Amino acid sequence: MPIRETFWNIPHWAEIAQYILAAVTIFVFLYGVGRRILRWRKGRPEKRTSQFWKRIRSAIVQVVVQRRTLEETYPGIMHFTIFWGMLVLAFGTALATVDWDVTHLFFGFQILTGWVYILFELALDILGLLVIVGLGMAIYRRYVTRPVRLQNFPVKGLAGDDLYVLLMLSFIAISGYLTEGLRLAVTQPDWAVWSPVGQLIAGAFLALGDPNNQTLHLAIWILHILTAFIILISLPFTKLFHIFSVPLNIFFRSLEPVGALPPARSDVGPGVKEWRQFTWKQLLDFESCTRCGRCQDVCPAFAGAGVLSPRDLMVKLEAHLWERNGRSLHGDVISNEELWACTTCRACSQVCPAFIDHIATFVDMRRFLVDQGSMDSTLQTALVNLGRYGNSFGQSDRMRAKWTANLQPPVKDARREPVEYLWFVGDYASYSPTLSDVTRKTCEVFQKAGLNFGILFDAERNSGNDVRRVGEEGIFEMLAEKNMQALSKCKFETIVTTDPHTYNTLKNEYSFNGNGRPQILHYTELLTRLIASGQLKFSRKLDYTVTYHDPCYLGRYNGIYDAPRNVLRATGCTQVEMPRHGDRGFCCGAGGGRIWMEEKPGKERPSEIRIREAAALEGVQTFVVACPKDVTMFRDAVKTTGNENRLQVKELMELVHEAL
Amino acid sequence: MKIIVPVKFVPDLVEELTIDSSGVTLDTAWLRLIINEFDDHAVEQAILLKERGGGQVIVSTVESEGADDFLFTAAAKGADQLIKLTGDFAGVNNHALARAYSGLLKELNPDLVLTGVQAHNDLDGSLGPLLAEFLGMPYVGYVSGLTLADGAVVVRKEYPGGLIAEVEVKLPAVLGIQAAEQPPRYIAYSKIRQVMGTAKVEERPVTGLDLEGGVTVSRMFQPEAAERATMLEGDANAVADRILAIFKEAGAL
Amino acid sequence: MSQTLFVVIEHLRGQVAEISYVMLAAARQLAKSAGGDVVAVLLGQNAQELAASLAADRVLYMEDASLAEFTSDAYQAALAALIKEHNPRVVLFGHSSLGMDIASGLSAKLGLPVISSCRSFSTDGKFICQICGGKIMAEGEIPAPTALITMVPGGYKSELGRSTQAPPVTPIAAPALDGLRVSVKNYIEPEAGDVDIAKEAVLVSVGRGIQTKDNLDLANELAGALGAAVSASRPVVDQGWLPTSRLVGKSGKRVKPKIYLALGISGAPEHVEGMSDSQVIIAINTDPNAPIFNVAKFGSTIDMFDLVPALTEKVKSAK
Repeated sequence: MPIRETFWNIPHWAEIAQYILAAVTIFVFLYGVGRRILRWRKGRPEKRTSQFWKRIRSAIVQVVVQRRTLEETYPGIMHFTIFWGMLVLAFGTALATVDWDVTHLFFGFQILTGWVYILFELALDILGLLVIVGLGMAIYRRYVTRPVRLQNFPVKGLAGDDLYVLLMLSFIAISGYLTEGLRLAVTQPDWAVWSPVGQLIAGAFLALGDPNNQTLHLAIWILHILTAFIILISLPFTKLFHIFSVPLNIFFRSLEPVGALPPARSDVGPGVKEWRQFTWKQLLDFESCTRCGRCQDVCPAFAGAGVLSPRDLMVKLEAHLWERNGRSLHGDVISNEELWACTTCRACSQVCPAFIDHIATFVDMRRFLVDQGSMDSTLQTALVNLGRYGNSFGQSDRMRAKWTANLQPPVKDARREPVEYLWFVGDYASYSPTLSDVTRKTCEVFQKAGLNFGILFDAERNSGNDVRRVGEEGIFEMLAEKNMQALSKCKFETIVTTDPHTYNTLKNEYSFNGNGRPQILHYTELLTRLIASGQLKFSRKLDYTVTYHDPCYLGRYNGIYDAPRNVLRATGCTQVEMPRHGDRGFCCGAGGGRIWMEEKPGKERPSEIRIREAAALEGVQTFVVACPKDVTMFRDAVKTTGNENRLQVKELMELVHEAL
Repeated sequence: MKIIVPVKFVPDLVEELTIDSSGVTLDTAWLRLIINEFDDHAVEQAILLKERGGGQVIVSTVESEGADDFLFTAAAKGADQLIKLTGDFAGVNNHALARAYSGLLKELNPDLVLTGVQAHNDLDGSLGPLLAEFLGMPYVGYVSGLTLADGAVVVRKEYPGGLIAEVEVKLPAVLGIQAAEQPPRYIAYSKIRQVMGTAKVEERPVTGLDLEGGVTVSRMFQPEAAERATMLEGDANAVADRILAIFKEAGAL
Repeated sequence: MSQTLFVVIEHLRGQVAEISYVMLAAARQLAKSAGGDVVAVLLGQNAQELAASLAADRVLYMEDASLAEFTSDAYQAALAALIKEHNPRVVLFGHSSLGMDIASGLSAKLGLPVISSCRSFSTDGKFICQICGGKIMAEGEIPAPTALITMVPGGYKSELGRSTQAPPVTPIAAPALDGLRVSVKNYIEPEAGDVDIAKEAVLVSVGRGIQTKDNLDLANELAGALGAAVSASRPVVDQGWLPTSRLVGKSGKRVKPKIYLALGISGAPEHVEGMSDSQVIIAINTDPNAPIFNVAKFGSTIDMFDLVPALTEKVKSAK
């Protein structure tokens, strides 16, 4: 009758010692976990308990299915096998403990008998093997392949932590099999075949003819137990802590739309000056980082000037929470340069398996820098202009609608007459001389589609999206107030905008003073509807082969990927996707106020990297964008990379206009 | 050390300037006023002095569009006292302004008066030297840096060609600031709003402006370009070709 | 007795400033329409030789140890006495670090009107001032009996103020100059730049339109291809992107190259002052209303970031 012979060959003293050590382990473990939790609680309060079941579901899905981790195949499978393998093995040990110390001890029976035991043995053997495969994959990747994102950590000792974890887990798995193999070699039960790996090892020992298998068994068993306890004791003090912090981080993540930044806290001054001013959730973010480096791989600032690595920021912040050397957050730990380098494109948070919100932390620290006036002079000029003139160009607000001069039929003034669509034009489309052509074409397209639309003329102000992300909350509020005031005086059904940044903030951050938010559409959404309803017809089919660049604030921030592609298809263009498309789109580098800042000399600008990516696609002649800042950035990059004869940059609206 | 910064507001050149129907002055309908850039530097220099050596900074302006915002911004930077002269300042010139300010300054008895070296709409001289004369103080202009000495200041006076003279001026004195030692600092908008709640602007009414010494303009106009440049048309390549030809013709290539 | 037109000669470290010649040229023109003698007023110590090149009818030379270096209170006291004694019709000062220090003070002290930023005089003897960044001109009658006027360059060629025949010099006694509160401690020369832009035949000059320090590379490349030097207007130098030795303008250098290529420079008077004598000025600015187009011979509103690389290419292949 198959039954688990718990503690076979284990002398009584070892059994007792094991229980004592277990108690010590649990005690230290709880202390370690508690210490971490207390540290998070030093942060400022924040409510993150809404929609409880949605949170539970999402945490379970991510932990069980490992959906986000599996977005990258090799590391995903590697982690999945290690995780599930170790989890089942740990569960198996727990079951064995219950089997021996509860049911056997108190109730005189064992669960792990008969076919239950057989299945138990088989499952553990196979999963143990998976763990070893997974660990093998991990060791190979980390020490042979050596991907960039696992190198050069900014804090000492982390590489040692990584090695420690891999070694300990490997040792546990291997020593586990050895123990089992040695036991099977000696006891040779009939059901040994259900522990295939164990049996294999047993065979090896028998072949060696070792009479001291029992001694060896005890020795390895002791080592195995000690390793297990060491792992558990060290868990809260090593990378393994992510087993706790990550599911918690997923549970407590923000369920607000990603396009809505948390407001500035007014209680202790704007922004974060020192780490205790972060919220507890932000501190949890830092502690959830496993240094996987996926964020660094997708970061345009890292790829370009190399000044900023979101991974490094998280790693440094985590270490900083535990420092006792009096270093200050700003300047010593995190440099101003790093903070200003972020384009707020959200590629980092999009790929992070721990669901860390990097952007909220960067912006909070930027808010402090703005409060101190620590910024380069070009940004200062832009902010002063935004505050005074409502646009970053430093031009009079009266010049905003200059592009409408001499247009026939004249553009309607939404301040004076009711319209169906209020077109929020945006700064760049209004003021930039290189874009006035596209703006006029947009006007013509709207007119040809028979839309009843109007604009705010001089009453429009910069929507404030990037002002907010730069950290100037005060000017953002002022601009939003002015815009909302102007809008409240108009009669319209829908707001349509040609700028994704404007779209993002109008849709997610403007409160509209509690009067109910009007419907807000990006022009690609509107055009999709008009094409579907037949209101917008194309008279010709364009035969360009194009590639479409997903704007960060349209794609990742607001999930609009299909509408622009539908419109492109409708114009007849053939579309080829760049490797990094959709929610993996690579940022042009202008967001987060970067277009208002001085560029640091670097190997390449993000926009140049992106153009090269497009130029590598065979047959593609046109690079299509749906954001005015993209037009500026990419036209420049085409020139500086010498691709003028290879690629042309077109706003999607230009193609629509051409196909009319 | 008591430092006073009297400032003035000037037409914002970002806006279009037009002459009004009288033909002798600017049309105020489309006019927007902005702080005289040099006065902004004067405030910054005053704050820097206070930060370095302590003292009191008083910023004063006349009633004008943007005056309150400016005063509150100065308070957010560290100014201790804000004074606004109220009254009818239509048609004010620098002489009248200097007289109005000198009354206030005589009462306040400063050690140092900092003001912008000039303003782009100055027609009857500049405020600084006029003020100095009414107060009986020495004046040095085109100052781009200063250090305090015993009972005096040593200023960096700018001359053409990048030449600098270090000039000692006995206090009390009036200085015309060309540039502060660092560009005017940025003040976050929320800080200004915060200060609006706490700082107070003292109002001092001024009656009767004495415009004596001013300039009578018989005609104000926008310059007709005597010869306007020959504009080169075309795209970058076409224009570049033309420029290349100009270079060759001039023998510069 | 005909009226006198005083011109306060500005000189520093043994050199007469350009503006003095411009003022003399202005005074001569005014003398033609309004009548009077052009009298140069020279204050200093051991400075008589400076009178030799002045195109004045006569020179009043006041010598005193306190006048050796320019200080506002010594010069102001000396001139106050002189003006009270001679009652000139006008007194011309430079609109500069010297003239502006004393003109307004004298106006308040003597109760005389002062007119600033005067660029020229009309044929019927009216003053024409240039204000608001060069965007507005103001004209009017010169108030009687005496008017103090500060002058900006640009209205007259300085050669018209120079003379090959030394005018007669009348030494005059200085008044008691005591209780002076301003004294010059020392001078600091500008940092010797690698390049003396005043000696270059071609200058590629950048203004605010260059936007960032990195974009200077474009200008550097073009200058390199042309064998030219890069100069700048004040905003660029204030940011620290180029040293002051490259500054063209009122507070910088005056240059007269064969070709002055102005990129993204608006053409404010303070800058134009420094380069208006260039033989050929080519101005690139996206604002068609930029005042620089009133000084330039050729211009284009093309975006300089489009033009400069194209031009650099062509220059390289042309060489």
